[in-house]
Amino acid sequence: MTHAKLNQFEAVKYSRIYALGATRGDLVVTNDDVAGPIDSSDEWIRQRTGIITRRRASADQSLMDMAVDAANQAITKAGIAPSEIGAVIFGTITHPHQTPSAATLLAELIGANPAPAFDISAACAGYCYGIAQADALVRAGVAKYVLVVGGEKMSDFIDPTDRSISFLLGDGAGAAIIGPSDEPGISPTVWGSDGSHWSSVSMTSSLLEFRDGTEPWPTFRQDGQTVFRWAVWEMAKVAQKALDVAGIKAEDLSALVTHQANIRIIDEMVKQLKLPESVAVARDIINTGNTSAASIPLAMDQLLKDGTVKSAGLALQIGFGAGLAFAAQVVVLP
Amino acid sequence: MALSHDEVLAGLAEIVNEETGIDTDSVKMEKSFTNDLDIDSISMMTIVVNAEEKFSVKIPDEEVKNLLTVGDAVNFITSAQG
Repeated sequence: MTHAKLNQFEAVKYSRIYALGATRGDLVVTNDDVAGPIDSSDEWIRQRTGIITRRRASADQSLMDMAVDAANQAITKAGIAPSEIGAVIFGTITHPHQTPSAATLLAELIGANPAPAFDISAACAGYCYGIAQADALVRAGVAKYVLVVGGEKMSDFIDPTDRSISFLLGDGAGAAIIGPSDEPGISPTVWGSDGSHWSSVSMTSSLLEFRDGTEPWPTFRQDGQTVFRWAVWEMAKVAQKALDVAGIKAEDLSALVTHQANIRIIDEMVKQLKLPESVAVARDIINTGNTSAASIPLAMDQLLKDGTVKSAGLALQIGFGAGLAFAAQVVVLP
Repeated sequence: MALSHDEVLAGLAEIVNEETGIDTDSVKMEKSFTNDLDIDSISMMTIVVNAEEKFSVKIPDEEVKNLLTVGDAVNFITSAQG
């Protein structure tokens, strides 16, 4: 008996980021605004985190509002039609519904229905996880264009009296369109997880405990020292590996765009990587705060917008956070 | 060969100086990292990681909170050198 021959997707060789979109929360929240409940000060927060203001979304601006706005910017700049999008990937940990996913509604709202759509829960690594998957989908020929969004409304899950992380957090959404390319545009992703530190960055309780009335509304918290050690010294190794597998050296970079967790993590990582001064370092955290999955596309978009870096340069992006989960890749700037 | 208390103290003082700018002479055994030397938790972790490298020891995260004074750190490092 002979078998009929199957068709399979035909691979394309390379992928790249076509365009970015960025939307921040509509409120500018100063250190003085958050210092009271943690018995702190503007100076203390600046010194320990680098943050001067963080952007947060008002009650009238939802996670989905920010995601749609950022996605529409990226689609317009990429010059494609929403109907050409072959997959929608949404990295978020603050979508307030267990199901359905945020991605399916986003696909509907931007005109990408019936594209396959799904969320990724990889916290601050969510955007880079999304880029890894988009790169694979495009090069495998599964989708011509993929929309990746990293978006968070962290302020829905903060405790104003928490001194470990809440005062760092901001809201926003960043988007990228990934599609086929004639030249390499996204290096092999170096990614992974370490569940032995599952509770190092986490929620104060589960939804079941909240339902049962045994715990208050779950909010973010972290073991700052443990996370700092991991984020600098372990992630510097991951960043170096990403450069190695990309086949480039630090001096070939135009920019380093890390997850915007804390300026001191960023500065220490720059030191560990021995980055030359010619490499621009994203420090969007100063004005935006830590926006988890949104922080890398927001920071990269800002570097491009203010002219610090130019299109076609190389940027090392590295996301790391709760899980613990991490992902790094070198991308050609759109 | 394992270093003496005085040698570890001198090495640790250099690390503290590099991270914080605090004069090495001020880094004395009885000084508290937070109360006397005004070293915050992030700087403390940087000092810990640099000390691990310099003295070839492991200082686990759960041990760091027990290192309240310079003397605590010197004693831990000295005994960890084994």
